[in-house]
Amino acid sequence: MTKFTDSKGKGYKPDQGLSSSRRSFLQYSGAALATSAILLSGCEQFEEFIPPKNPNSPKKVNLGSGDIGILNYAYALEQLEAAYYTKVALLGFYLGASAEEIRVLEDLRQHEVAHREFFEAALGKNAIGKLEFDFSMVDFRDRNSVLQTAKTFEDLGVAAYNGAGPLLTNPDFLVVAGKIVSVEARHATAIYDLIAPNEAFVDFIDDGLERAFPPMQVLQAAAPFIVTEIDASNLPKA
Amino acid sequence: MDFNKLFDSFNTENKSEEEVDIYMSRKEAFKKLGSLTKKVALASLPVAAFTMMPKMAFAQSSDVIGVLKFALALERLEYQFYIKGVDSGVVSGRHMDVFMAIREHERIHVELLETTIQALGGNLDGVPSMFDFTAGGVFPSPFSNRQLFLALSQAFEDTGVRAYKGQAPNLIENDDLLKVALQIHAVEARHASQVRRIRGRKGWITEEDYDGIDGFGATFMMASSAVYAGEKNTTHVGVEVTEVTTVPVMAVREAWDEPLSMQMVLDIVKPFIVS
Repeated sequence: MTKFTDSKGKGYKPDQGLSSSRRSFLQYSGAALATSAILLSGCEQFEEFIPPKNPNSPKKVNLGSGDIGILNYAYALEQLEAAYYTKVALLGFYLGASAEEIRVLEDLRQHEVAHREFFEAALGKNAIGKLEFDFSMVDFRDRNSVLQTAKTFEDLGVAAYNGAGPLLTNPDFLVVAGKIVSVEARHATAIYDLIAPNEAFVDFIDDGLERAFPPMQVLQAAAPFIVTEIDASNLPKA
Repeated sequence: MDFNKLFDSFNTENKSEEEVDIYMSRKEAFKKLGSLTKKVALASLPVAAFTMMPKMAFAQSSDVIGVLKFALALERLEYQFYIKGVDSGVVSGRHMDVFMAIREHERIHVELLETTIQALGGNLDGVPSMFDFTAGGVFPSPFSNRQLFLALSQAFEDTGVRAYKGQAPNLIENDDLLKVALQIHAVEARHASQVRRIRGRKGWITEEDYDGIDGFGATFMMASSAVYAGEKNTTHVGVEVTEVTTVPVMAVREAWDEPLSMQMVLDIVKPFIVS
């Protein structure tokens, strides 16, 4: 299959968005996908959008223990983010999305897909399978719904990496987590800036420190979006 | 004791009128802030965590203190930069909330680091406290030339992100300290993203940064090339990411921020340090 089109603006004009009847996720047919603005990069991504049909996804995954467990945990979150932005793009972005908003969301999609594929490769045979997601509570036509969900995921991602960093024992893994978390924080601010221009973080990081959540708290917050059961019981606790 | 000191800084009782005024103006910056109680509770946590840590954890703490003093130098530089920036009028009205918030974050970082260093038995000797933001006249008028102010802000924030990232492995044996360093690190990244966007750039480090921060000649370009040195890297823990993804290489470069060594950071900020 061909690559995602990555040219800025081209093919992403919001007024060319899909009609509301076609926008319904479950009504998406292969033909509709092929004619949508974005061509899929690989069959694995295609599968993400047809959850009930071809579940390569396991019903349950175990993240494992030690550093591998933490990396699988990060991989799970990157899968979630990548799937989300891929779907946002696939559905032609929300109604009235500006060129700048599309540019940001498309960058986020590419970054998160790269993160996901990095973890998959880095973990190799230790990698958990592909998770199945449920974004049915998101109204992908609605700007506020799409951006607020993005904000939730980015903030959660930052808090997750900050909480997970101290659980790692290998300094190389810590550095790579650090390389990713600052990009997630950059994303979070860009999304904030779209929602409330020039107010980003003014009323969020009021204590000068980012949040840091333990894995259980993060997974609970993400649970409504994740169909696959995630067993995190072997993750390091402290 | 340190906990109390921080708490006092938010407590307007028993303060002179002038102190209260300073406090209230700070409060205005956070007009949408929730309850003050919440702020005090949150701000106090990390210090409490540090002071509760057994001294034993810092048996070989000289390296750790060195890292914290290094971080303090950068935070003081940033804090002073934003004090002057906000006071000088170089910040436009619509960006004032952002820069007042950044200034407040840097103030908290400075206070947190000073308190922590002292709580760990270290001192603040040798940590720079006077700065020259013209870098000896190389960058004239940073507080009247808005474009220069914003360019310097971006450079300091992006450098700060890289600096904390580079030191994270040196804190790996001190989980509480590492956690707080990561919490500061991500806030610097938020600042960087916001300032970059104010400048009409992407929030993340991109190809265009390798051309330097334009508008100020070759000097700034050279200075900023050090700020972004190595950011094109696409290999992480042995994985060449461009080989495992269909995402364009430019996006792969954007998707990972790179660390800088302490020495590389010091070389970047040295021209701004007076003493």
